[in-house]
Amino acid sequence: MPLPDAEALCAELVKKLRPAVTPETAMVGIHTGGAWLAERLHRELGLTVPLGRLDISFYRDDYHKSGLHKSVKASQIPFEVDGRRILLVDDVLYTGRTVRAAMNELFDYGRPESISLVVLVDRGERQLPICAQYCGATHAVPKGAMLRLHRDDRGQLALRLDNA
Amino acid sequence: MHNPQLNAKGELAHLLTLEGLPREIIVNILDTAASFVGVTERDVKKVPLLRGKSVFNLFFENSTRTRTTFEIAAKRLSADVINLNITTSSTQKGETLLDTVDNLSAMHADMFVVRHAQSGAPHMIARHVGPERHVINAGDGRHAHPTQGLLDAYTIRHYKHDFGGLSVAIVGDILHSRVARSLIHVLNILGTPDVRVIGPQTLMPAGVESLGVRVCHDMREGLAGVDVVVMLRLQSERMRGPLLPSAQEFFKYYGLTPDKLAAAKPDAIVMHPGPMNRGIEIDSAVADGPRSVILPQVTFGIAVRMAVMSILGGS
Repeated sequence: MPLPDAEALCAELVKKLRPAVTPETAMVGIHTGGAWLAERLHRELGLTVPLGRLDISFYRDDYHKSGLHKSVKASQIPFEVDGRRILLVDDVLYTGRTVRAAMNELFDYGRPESISLVVLVDRGERQLPICAQYCGATHAVPKGAMLRLHRDDRGQLALRLDNA
Repeated sequence: MHNPQLNAKGELAHLLTLEGLPREIIVNILDTAASFVGVTERDVKKVPLLRGKSVFNLFFENSTRTRTTFEIAAKRLSADVINLNITTSSTQKGETLLDTVDNLSAMHADMFVVRHAQSGAPHMIARHVGPERHVINAGDGRHAHPTQGLLDAYTIRHYKHDFGGLSVAIVGDILHSRVARSLIHVLNILGTPDVRVIGPQTLMPAGVESLGVRVCHDMREGLAGVDVVVMLRLQSERMRGPLLPSAQEFFKYYGLTPDKLAAAKPDAIVMHPGPMNRGIEIDSAVADGPRSVILPQVTFGIAVRMAVMSILGGS
């Protein structure tokens, strides 16, 4: 089965999100693919609260097995988290571990009123009780393969399957 | 020769000296530290990386400041920190260094932060404990103070962005300074084209030129056109015999005053590893002036130590 078209899924997500956002809605993208997607959604939805970005390397549960990731980016949360409704954005939802780490990190900035999860693709195989409230498509990929979002020089988004 | 700081996979397992470290390891530490600066500016200044790990601060030589910054760094990584001031404990009862380390390893220490008056003591501990436990050199004799060198490099990169065209002057008591040695090594590794050391002949180690630095004995000549001035603490406590006529004399020739600083570039920054001797190596007008980045150095130092600990702890 061919991979879904990322640009079409983006448009789909914008349509689903539009009725849900208010001027107070904040958005946070997870590095790297999630941040690209969030940049796009943030712009298309015309959100006014500045976009946040998380690098969850300091919160990963495999640190003791795999060590600290190289080239950790700084997380930036340029708004008050307390009492905020937050849309957390990632490109691909898989085991749920990244989302778990991202939520832990967000809570170190404050106590949000709610967090909803926005993903471009849900590839299944969850290992934690986490689900997406806004999902572009579900698409199963073979275990061990890496489904990732790519962005070209013109800012076009595309999904790609890499062998781990 | 195998670098004793690296494990079989080439990852950093101990931080003993900056000499001979691959450039990419140093750049990775500085980049990781930049991410930790953000963490230290949050309300919750903690991340869970070292949760459940025990960090032992083994200070065989007193240093409240360095010990405190390591303690804060470890606590911000959620480690448990145990401070041992060994000058007042077991060694005085006759226990050897390695017996002390074995005892602490039996208490499940994961990381040792070691300061020792003898050069090479942290190396000896690192060889003894192997790659599963991690050793950080927090200053050994006149040899090395790698985390200080890294935080100095971090500070320079923060303000000057790139080492490619920089002139850096290191001033004062070079002879007794492990800070100077570590800084010279890291500046070389990062490709700094012009590193100068300035001080009286009596405080200049023999053969210092072999480290790739230019030696100057005149302050104004040495500071001419530099981007960075690093002042060193005059370590009177380490001086045996008359290396200097007097502190006043030293200040007259080598103390950093606004007048001497005028020889440097107009946007030159002034650094000092602390604790400062005001009126001996640095004038208050400079230490508290607009070009001083001495307090930011302290703040960056915590992020740099968090980076080192989190990279070692995951190796």
